[in-house]
Amino acid sequence: MGELIHCQVCQEAATVHLTQIANNKIHKVHLCENCAQSKGMTDPDLFSLEDLFSPTSGFGLEESTADNSIVCKRCGLSSRDFKRHGRFGCPDCYEYLNPLILPMLANMHKSDSHKGKIPHRSIDSLQVSKRVRDLEEELSTAVKEERYEEAAAYRDEIEKLKASPQKGPDHEA
Amino acid sequence: MNINQLIKFRGKLTDEKGDSSPVVISTRVRLARNLEKYPFPGWAKKSQKREILSSCLNAVGKLAEMENGASLAIEELDDLEKQILMERRLISRELMGCKEGAGVCISRNQSLSVMVNEEDHLRIQLVEGGFHFNDLWDVVNAVDSNLEKELIYAFSRDLGYLTACPTNVGTGLRCSAMMHLPGLVLSNQMEKVVRAVNQLGIAVRGLFGEGSDASGSIFQISNQQTLGESEEEILTRLQNVLTSLLEQEKNARLVLLEKEPLKLFDKIGRAFGILNNSHLLSSAEAMKLLSFLRLATDLEILPGKFRRMVDRILIESQPGHIQYAFGGKGTPAERDEYRAWFIREQISTLPILNFDKLK
Repeated sequence: MGELIHCQVCQEAATVHLTQIANNKIHKVHLCENCAQSKGMTDPDLFSLEDLFSPTSGFGLEESTADNSIVCKRCGLSSRDFKRHGRFGCPDCYEYLNPLILPMLANMHKSDSHKGKIPHRSIDSLQVSKRVRDLEEELSTAVKEERYEEAAAYRDEIEKLKASPQKGPDHEA
Repeated sequence: MNINQLIKFRGKLTDEKGDSSPVVISTRVRLARNLEKYPFPGWAKKSQKREILSSCLNAVGKLAEMENGASLAIEELDDLEKQILMERRLISRELMGCKEGAGVCISRNQSLSVMVNEEDHLRIQLVEGGFHFNDLWDVVNAVDSNLEKELIYAFSRDLGYLTACPTNVGTGLRCSAMMHLPGLVLSNQMEKVVRAVNQLGIAVRGLFGEGSDASGSIFQISNQQTLGESEEEILTRLQNVLTSLLEQEKNARLVLLEKEPLKLFDKIGRAFGILNNSHLLSSAEAMKLLSFLRLATDLEILPGKFRRMVDRILIESQPGHIQYAFGGKGTPAERDEYRAWFIREQISTLPILNFDKLK
């Protein structure tokens, strides 16, 4: 018989063993029946290895270096609360806890910026700001390449767009 | 429609009219959405949850898809009713545990369900038999666009739709397929497959048991990443992985038929024999045996038209359904007896197994 492996949560004999290879690193987790159950690992709808290995899982595979004292000014959730529950308190947490969140998102997902559907009521303002960003890029290229007439035209268009009233969720709510 | 009518009616997964395919039992698409104005359900006050519930149910109730559907408060359902909804994949286990301010709207055909105050304010999901991601996405997308006219969603231009858990942020889109992979399980390839698929950011979960040793060889396979790819890209990538899994499963079955046909026929024959003659049947054993019956329909050992029926029995022989049909309580032994009888009755109409085509 090999040596007994203990549950990482409660030190009982572990009967559930999980291995995942992500980013060429091997992660192993050993749990007893009860802890596996309470972590939702027997429940296909709740459990995923990825969730378990995320910094929010409580298994603490990687201790986050972010400051424990960041607090969401809207709902009062602290980074400590987030680490404990793995859930945010309100939509604004994404802004206030940003330093904690961004590196985590880049790890978890394809990238840290959204691609895809946009709510209809955000489209106008988003399209304007995207157009402004594109024009600003064009402008700087034009300046670099000494195409000053074109640059002036870009600058005028940017100013016009920025001056036009924008509507979006930020302004309506 | 109230909860009793809903339970009595058969839905999209069990009515035997819809599509069925070998390997892919059903597909599901779901979106996570939240209201800008409120904290997420796990952090909201009771009074806020009630406000969220009433404004969401109101908006969802206006959807054409929800006409003559059911709008249910979770706290008004008993444990057995919740269990049945869960077994039909209409609510999640997490929603079952919600005490206050949670609800669900279910369409009449039991295909579309919108959960309110689960982990997020809204979980919009659509399930159907067979392999149909694009059709499902079109419907869910349209439902979402209609809801957005009534509700102001939490959205950021950088991070997309904001969700309680960072694993859902961005598109909030999770697509999953329930796949029946007995060929890969019998040829001991499942572990290798799980590893390969995981590296592509796709999750494999056993459906009815822990780990990859899922009873019935049924696995739920879904995208893990929701941010940085558009909905179409997520769907295409998952479908590519599923299509290649489907091919691998078909290959594994061919190899088994070629190398060890008797072993495979024996398993199918014994499963049929036990299901036809047993008098005590646990849900785990039923699942394992019905899985071989499904395989038999894929291999034309049983006519393919019975596949939908097997899929229905797979759902209707789960603990909640059996307990409900048995009339509430009963001891575990009585329920196993009832399950054995129920399945004997159901499959008594099946023709005898025909292995000749494969010999």
